Amino acid sequence: MFDSLSERLGSIFERLRGRGALEEKDVAEALREVRVALLEADVALPVAKDFIARVKERAIGQEVLRSVAPGQQVVKIVHDALVETLGGAGQDAALDLAMAPPAPILMVGLQGSGKTTTTAKLALRLEKREKKRVLMASLDVRRPAAQEQLRILGEQAGVKTLPVVAGQTPLDIARRALEAARLSGFDVVLLDTAGRLSIDEQLMAEVADIHALARPIETLLVVDALTGQDAVNTAEKFKARLPVTGVILTRMDGDARGGAALSMRAVTGAPVKFVGVGEKLDALDAFDAKRMAGRILGMGDIVSLVEKAAEDLDLEKARRQAKKLAKGAFDLDDLAEQFRQMRKMGGMGAILGLMPGMGKMKKMVDAAGGFDDREIKRQEAIISSMTKAERRKPAILNARRKIRIAKGSGTSVQEVNKLLKAHRQMADMMKKMGKGGMKGLAGQMMGMGGLGGALGGTPGVGDPGALLKQAGGGEAQGSDEIDFDALEKALSGRGPMPPGLGGPPGRKK
Amino acid sequence: MAKTFLSGLFGRKKPEEARTDEPAPAEAEAPPPATAPEKRGIFARLRDGLSKSSKKLSEGVASIFARRRLDDETLEELEDLLVSADLGVAAAARTTAALARDRFDKEVSEQEVKEALADVIAASLAPFEKPLVVDRARRPHVTLVAGVNGAGKTTTIGKLAAKFRAEGLSVMLAAGDTFRAAAIEQLQIWGERTGAPVVARAVGADAAGLAFDALKRAQAEGTDVLIIDTAGRLQNRRELMDELAKVVRVLRKLDPDAPHDSLLVLDATVGQNALNQVEVFREVAGVTGLVMTKLDGTAKGGVLVALADKFALPVHFIGVGEGVDDLQPFSARAFARALVGLDQDDETKGEAA
Ligand SMILES: Nc1nc2c(ncn2[C@@H]2O[C@H](COP(=O)(O)OP(=O)(O)OP(=O)(O)O)[C@@H](O)[C@H]2O)c(=O)[nH]1
Ligand SMILES: Nc1nc2c(ncn2[C@@H]2O[C@H](COP(=O)(O)OP(=O)(O)OP(=O)(O)O)[C@@H](O)[C@H]2O)c(=O)[nH]1
Ligand SMILES: [Mg+2]
Ligand SMILES: [Mg+2]
Repeated sequence: MFDSLSERLGSIFERLRGRGALEEKDVAEALREVRVALLEADVALPVAKDFIARVKERAIGQEVLRSVAPGQQVVKIVHDALVETLGGAGQDAALDLAMAPPAPILMVGLQGSGKTTTTAKLALRLEKREKKRVLMASLDVRRPAAQEQLRILGEQAGVKTLPVVAGQTPLDIARRALEAARLSGFDVVLLDTAGRLSIDEQLMAEVADIHALARPIETLLVVDALTGQDAVNTAEKFKARLPVTGVILTRMDGDARGGAALSMRAVTGAPVKFVGVGEKLDALDAFDAKRMAGRILGMGDIVSLVEKAAEDLDLEKARRQAKKLAKGAFDLDDLAEQFRQMRKMGGMGAILGLMPGMGKMKKMVDAAGGFDDREIKRQEAIISSMTKAERRKPAILNARRKIRIAKGSGTSVQEVNKLLKAHRQMADMMKKMGKGGMKGLAGQMMGMGGLGGALGGTPGVGDPGALLKQAGGGEAQGSDEIDFDALEKALSGRGPMPPGLGGPPGRKK
Repeated sequence: MAKTFLSGLFGRKKPEEARTDEPAPAEAEAPPPATAPEKRGIFARLRDGLSKSSKKLSEGVASIFARRRLDDETLEELEDLLVSADLGVAAAARTTAALARDRFDKEVSEQEVKEALADVIAASLAPFEKPLVVDRARRPHVTLVAGVNGAGKTTTIGKLAAKFRAEGLSVMLAAGDTFRAAAIEQLQIWGERTGAPVVARAVGADAAGLAFDALKRAQAEGTDVLIIDTAGRLQNRRELMDELAKVVRVLRKLDPDAPHDSLLVLDATVGQNALNQVEVFREVAGVTGLVMTKLDGTAKGGVLVALADKFALPVHFIGVGEGVDDLQPFSARAFARALVGLDQDDETKGEAA
């Protein structure tokens, strides 16, 4: 499988570069690759086709930009259309609860898609964030221990569940849940149902009956993000029987590209409201169309890299720093600057995700627990509690000074030590790299990788050389020097990506 | 509209072949899993699951070949159809290329092309049609079951336990999912249903320790088969994969050859991510075979074709329902024929078309 769309598109970009406008032939060629990328991301074929047709229409002719390379422009058009189809940037996460309580919410989906877990996650979210009183009820009388599962989850979440009465039908339970919620003054009643196949007539009729009885204000279809082409069948068939008001995509913590999101959205017309990002009950995020688009394309969102980097990255600073690094001088001020840039670019996770070809590296970092921006801020606080002299020469830090710094930054001496250790490791590494001729942004990436590893305390990721090598970029060291001027141009949106950043450096053909 | 056109073109069709053109809603023939305990033939049940799901595919094939001969454009559409069955772009291309090799530019009937497509797919899967063999000399024969969340591991274990019990083997189950709410209870219910004792520890206990205990007990009791359930885990979660590796390591302390089978359970709805799943689980848990569940739904499970190509792992069983009997040995031919929408019994009469 290809890591990134940009990798696929690389050669096409080359040829398109420098031409004035997007011609049909160029667009068609680029879009063929986009189509494969979508299919590899498990976007359902009819949805992918539709989408491509729309993008093609939009790309040819009028919307010609002068300032960027045509290839980049196609990517931007694809990306924007994807965001648009997925539901626009930042909207719709809120559940509609505007009715006289109790507001029923019905959870439906295929077997094992994550309904029960997501029910508990939603309940927790509603109780915590929106201060709602929530009652959960399991209508699943089929799967062994399903009701017990929800009861336990309720206990974990501190959310009430309807007491289980043996022998009741799902309809009985629904009725009882609504009644109990009304009598006890609950705001929301969440109805978890058994998993069912969309072609199981008996069970589909049953859930339709439950819907008719409960008249839920939200009917949420819970879908596994690992789903392939079948997403359209499921979406169509559930939609045909139930007025689906929203989709929740589970297992987004996996490494699936999640094309099902696009299929679901396109077929049901209902917004994707939340994504499940883990098994724990707080692992539920609002859906973010932009992030999803980048993920489906698997291309390291070139567009936002261009946009963001131009705004945020202080190139002069970066250039000076690179020089300093190459000489092997790397003090705590430099480290602080690294932190600042990391945060500005939207955190380490975002940066890695943005870099074309760095998708794999990001995956590894994520697998190791990911970077936490709050963590970055804590580190910054530690450094800013130091004196100038201390920042220049960390060796002078004794126990007394460390205690002062810990107090000043609201951290512990342990954390101060951890930071210093990370810095030492990085400085060593920089020295080595300086000799090897490694410069520029790639150097910073390495530094960040090492930093993340050291801070996260994750063995294996702590060794940036190994990390990069595993990420397919091993050859970047020493040999493949990055052309800083080209980079600068690219980052400011004035030129094409330099060769070293067009794809993983080690994979250039 | 395509339908009338089509029946005109394929007027020679026998009634049972014409079935694929019926506009009858697929729902009507869905047997509710809960109420389907009566015994039916393997092929009937497999077809029930697969033919429903492949209805669209076969309709698609029909509509293509109502129109033209086997040229580039037609092949491209066939490829699309295979993509829609989750074969993935590459495997779909390989499959149609194989089809084109000796039939390119020939006038072909719908039946012929279905047969040919099924043959190509069946041929690529046939080497992996291997039954799960329990070595009766071992006591116990240890089977580890792993996979991503919700794939159907625990249910499959219940079905396997029933199968082995029916073969006269003693079975013990290990509740290795010590994480998910009510996972232990779920397995215990399957244990009761199938007459297999369940070794369990408290929620949150170390899964490897539990597996160790279970194997020790099974050895002491001379149990024929020990099946170990594990918590669902996504293959990119390193710490969870490490935990699984530890289960394997610990088992080997008691029996260097254990687990004798390491099954990866795949949900038929899965898309191309299955490739990542197999790759990582194979590395971590030494996967020796696959089980594909939920083939009674609309999903076609075509990713098996891509998996067979890439990993050459045996496919032992398919799951075709939630009931205890809804487990079938994998048959490459039946799977392939059902995938393209052919009835199993057509194979003898197929040449008529
Ligand atoms: N990694 C991950 N696992 C999840 C997520 N959501 C649910 N799960 C897991 O998926 C598995 C199935 O979840 P359930 O909530 O039992 O699914 P369900 O849809 O209720 O299943 P049925 O009731 O059997 O149809 C469990 O192991 C959950 O812990 C998620 O967002 N990420
Ligand atoms: N229709 C159908 N449903 C199945 C099949 N196999 C399992 N299921 C259902 O899928 C859901 C999940 O099955 P489980 O056995 O709990 O899955 P699991 O992999 O153990 O899940 P976790 O332990 O949570 O990761 C349940 O509702 C099962 O009844 C199958 O072959 N067909
Ligand atoms: Mg459930
Ligand atoms: Mg389980």
